[in-house]
Amino acid sequence: MDATLVMAEAQEGTVPLAEATLKTLAVARKIGAGPLDIAWTGTSLDPLLGQARTLAGIRRHLVFDDPRLTHPTADVMAALVGDLVRDYSHVLMPGTSFGRDVLPRLAGRVGAPAVSDVLEVLDPRRFKRGLYAGNVHAVVRVPDGVPVLLTVRLASWRPVTAEKEAQPAGIEKREVPADLPTEARFVGLERDASARPDLQSARRVVSGGRSFGSRENFALLEGLADRLNAAIGASRAAVDAGYAPNDLQVGQTGKIIAPELYMAFGISGAIQHLTGIRDAGTIVAVNKDPEAPIFKVADFGLVGDLFEVIPALLAELERQGIAR
Amino acid sequence: MAPMKILVAAKRVVDYSVRVRLTPDRTGIASDGVKMSVNPFDEIALEEALRIRERGEATQVVVATVGPPEAESQIRSLLAMGADRGIHVETGRETAPLEVAHVLFRLVQEIGPGLVILGKQAIDDDCGQTGPMLAALWDRPQATYVSKLTLSEGRVQAVREVDHGLETVELVLPAVITTDLRLNTPRFIKMPDIMKARQKPLEKRPFDGFGLDLPRLTVEAYLPPPEREAGLRLESVAELVTRLHDRGVL
Amino acid sequence: MTEADRLRYDVLVIGAGPAGLACALTLKREKPELSVAVLEKAASLGAHSLSGAVIEPAWVDRLLPGWRDDPLDIQVPVSRDRFAWLSHGRAFRLPTPPQMHNAGNWIVSLGALVRRLGAAAESAGVEIFPGFAATQPLWDRAGALAGVRVGDLGRTREGAPGPNFSPGVEVRAGVTVLAEGCRGSLSRTLIRHFGLDQGKSPQTYALGLKELWQLPPGRTVPGSVLHTVGWPLPTDLYGGGFVYHLDRDRLAIGFVVGLDYEDPDFSPFEAFQQFKHHPGLVGLFEGGEILSAGARTLIEGGYPALPTLEMPGGLLVGDAAGTLNVPKIKGVHMALGSGIRAALHLIQNGGPEGFDQNFRHSEAGRELWRVRNIRPGFRAGLWVGLANAAVETVTGGRVPWTLTNADDWRSLKPRGPVPRPHRRYRTRILPPADRLAFVDLAALHHEENQPVHLQVADPALCVSQCSARFGNPCTRFCPAGVYEIVTDAGGSRLQINAANCVHCKACDIKDPYELITWVPPEGGSGPNYANL
Repeated sequence: MDATLVMAEAQEGTVPLAEATLKTLAVARKIGAGPLDIAWTGTSLDPLLGQARTLAGIRRHLVFDDPRLTHPTADVMAALVGDLVRDYSHVLMPGTSFGRDVLPRLAGRVGAPAVSDVLEVLDPRRFKRGLYAGNVHAVVRVPDGVPVLLTVRLASWRPVTAEKEAQPAGIEKREVPADLPTEARFVGLERDASARPDLQSARRVVSGGRSFGSRENFALLEGLADRLNAAIGASRAAVDAGYAPNDLQVGQTGKIIAPELYMAFGISGAIQHLTGIRDAGTIVAVNKDPEAPIFKVADFGLVGDLFEVIPALLAELERQGIAR
Repeated sequence: MAPMKILVAAKRVVDYSVRVRLTPDRTGIASDGVKMSVNPFDEIALEEALRIRERGEATQVVVATVGPPEAESQIRSLLAMGADRGIHVETGRETAPLEVAHVLFRLVQEIGPGLVILGKQAIDDDCGQTGPMLAALWDRPQATYVSKLTLSEGRVQAVREVDHGLETVELVLPAVITTDLRLNTPRFIKMPDIMKARQKPLEKRPFDGFGLDLPRLTVEAYLPPPEREAGLRLESVAELVTRLHDRGVL
Repeated sequence: MTEADRLRYDVLVIGAGPAGLACALTLKREKPELSVAVLEKAASLGAHSLSGAVIEPAWVDRLLPGWRDDPLDIQVPVSRDRFAWLSHGRAFRLPTPPQMHNAGNWIVSLGALVRRLGAAAESAGVEIFPGFAATQPLWDRAGALAGVRVGDLGRTREGAPGPNFSPGVEVRAGVTVLAEGCRGSLSRTLIRHFGLDQGKSPQTYALGLKELWQLPPGRTVPGSVLHTVGWPLPTDLYGGGFVYHLDRDRLAIGFVVGLDYEDPDFSPFEAFQQFKHHPGLVGLFEGGEILSAGARTLIEGGYPALPTLEMPGGLLVGDAAGTLNVPKIKGVHMALGSGIRAALHLIQNGGPEGFDQNFRHSEAGRELWRVRNIRPGFRAGLWVGLANAAVETVTGGRVPWTLTNADDWRSLKPRGPVPRPHRRYRTRILPPADRLAFVDLAALHHEENQPVHLQVADPALCVSQCSARFGNPCTRFCPAGVYEIVTDAGGSRLQINAANCVHCKACDIKDPYELITWVPPEGGSGPNYANL
């Protein structure tokens, strides 16, 4: 019998539902393999479950609520749900550092292969995923007789919205065993000190090219980055010209990134740069040169001078009251 | 502290500088004349093991690979970097993370290492599964995406690069560690060490000798990623903001 | 440097190309007790090797018995041989010049051949070190060449030792064989130091660009060879194209231009791309995909410019010396032959003395002598060059004169007086769109945080003089887009995108002020050609 388990991103209860979880639900719905359960792990989960109950199409909410699960390690998670997952034909986790840590461990325990970073669902056992940093896609099939265990490539999916269900699903509190593994111990979490997100994992990136003309001008991006809570990137040309430090370089020889929104200002779009942003969700290009190759891959293009566009953009965001 | 061995697992992959492409019949990745290298994250794993040994906290570093006969050149370069001995599990076919984890688990049972260090993922299949799978089979704690490692008193403290920052965990040894980019910068190989590496023990074993029969994913097709297409040319900043807002990315 | 003491060989070969590997392999086969090492700046064997390449197989048969039955990645017998003059819109068959007949020859990938030679040399006991660049000569007390210093690894852009700094070792050797290929940086240092070019004609060079294509099925005629002259080059510019049909729907196309051209606005890259768009060729490529691409200079001075091939403690072989046969447009057999001859000479004589005369009186030396006047004849333009070539060929070079070359860096004419020629270039549709896309196909690896390996003696001169006089031709002759003039808030300046460098050496040759010196970057840097 098919049944699907989504293992939610572990979290503390007070925050809104993790987007990663909502995206994983989207994949579960796309797969459509039997009834859908969600396993929630964490601590003080009640407020969160209040929100979760409104999600449509869920059979059961399985809740593991225990102070020891505030920052669960992979071995604890495997001990917690290692037997539970045997009841399911499909087990899904978000492609977060949590899911990527836990899911392959579960797979090892169950003795099944795992599918990492699913881009697309073709049928309940066939998936598309990226290889070689997304330069090749592969259609993989999970053999019959073993459960489907996968992580979801978050940049490829939109979250489900929390529409109201007429009959909210039941909540089952599950017992957390007394003898959880203790050989791995959470010591601490140092949240990123910098106000700005990390380029590699940021949901939004604003990026600049050589048209900025100087290091001082390049700083124009900072206001926009702050406004959008975005990371700052740079083309190799900008880095080589000394306008931006090396670790901001996006592209084949820099960082390969997949933010939901990538805004390129004054970047012409050399192939090396485009390789680094191929998997971005939405690409915006702003360039004076209407022939710039970046426009060939941009979802939205604006021909114009970045020194005019950036201030105008800031003003417009302010006017519409968007972001921050 | 008892003498500790470290097992490092490494994979031969298409070098990161190569723009991979499919064979004309799309049954695989074109490999004619293509540069092959050690998976960069695995080089970081070996570097970390060597530093631990050089600090006197380990006595021996064993490096293992599962791969084709040509992978000997990669394992030789790891020996030249400083590993003490090598194990080359030879196979002519692609192996899956679960299979490699099983092979490593057997090696772990033979060698009895205090630490197994591997890359967080191989840059060819980008799976990132072998380390956690091995930890599961071995039933030992794991720390993935590690950017700092400190050993003390039978424990290892690891800083992990997680989505929201840096997480520190402490594991009781033996344990499995997978490396992230910032853990270290691997050393260059020195010419005299290349010659010394030729004398280091390198054990070859057939993969088939492990008698594994595990479920595997089948690759039904390799495809080029879809080309991005040009979208809309907009006239104004206001329109841009509206469009982005409608898409839910602002 | 204690470890360095242990790196000592009877013979040290610089460069794992056809000449160096043929020499090392022959040495070890003929006299196994010799210790022989080869240094190679590329990260792996063949990764910096680029050639047409249609080769005469005799030396390969000798070095690699049985190679014909165990094919290289690219190995196709020549089945058809054509020579054509291209106009803007048409192609006219010309009789194939006798030197260019290719019956019995093979189209191969030089990179694949080098990998095979390297494997043979290693199994014979040669120690090969890819990823290590020889940067400086070592001397003995008597002033003879005594080995090389290998470049440091892990220096920062500013030159300071970085976190994984690894100082280069000294490798000492009884004899050092320079086999660096065209315009080898160490060879050049040594030619100057020992005055090996005294009394010789100036050297002259060409720049070759090449792409390896995978085409839709059924378009190729395996083994078909086409060489062209004419469009898109003006008749006063020496050069031409080649199109080699391979097996498995692959095709090699390339273009070679003499670096003695005069027009500072000429772009070899653009000429190559235009060549592909000739109406007789463009249809081949539509829907195809480029597998690998790159560029390399060729040494064309021939016999008149051939330096003295020996020096105290060392000798020159292959293109590092300049043994390319220009009328045949072939260098591989000469490189292999000169490497073998050098090995045999060292075994017989115990040292380099007498190698120069040995080579010059060999069949290969006589081959070069017979064709010595053909390349210089093209300095008077295509048609005079072809006529002169015919005379030289009929007489077998037995004319009482020897023509000479001029330095390529002197040939550029200032922008003003030369009327810009009307090029009739076409709108391009085929990839690569630009030079960045071109170098992307070279699979470059170059640690960015290392000293810039393109040393410009006086960068201020680029904007103070060169811009006005020549319009900064480095921004055009470099096939990889390494050089740019950037104008920003700080004014105009030369920017060097060193990480784009494909190690062709054109800048070292063609820069009109002789400001640019190409030195090896960190070992293992540069292109990773797949079967060029």
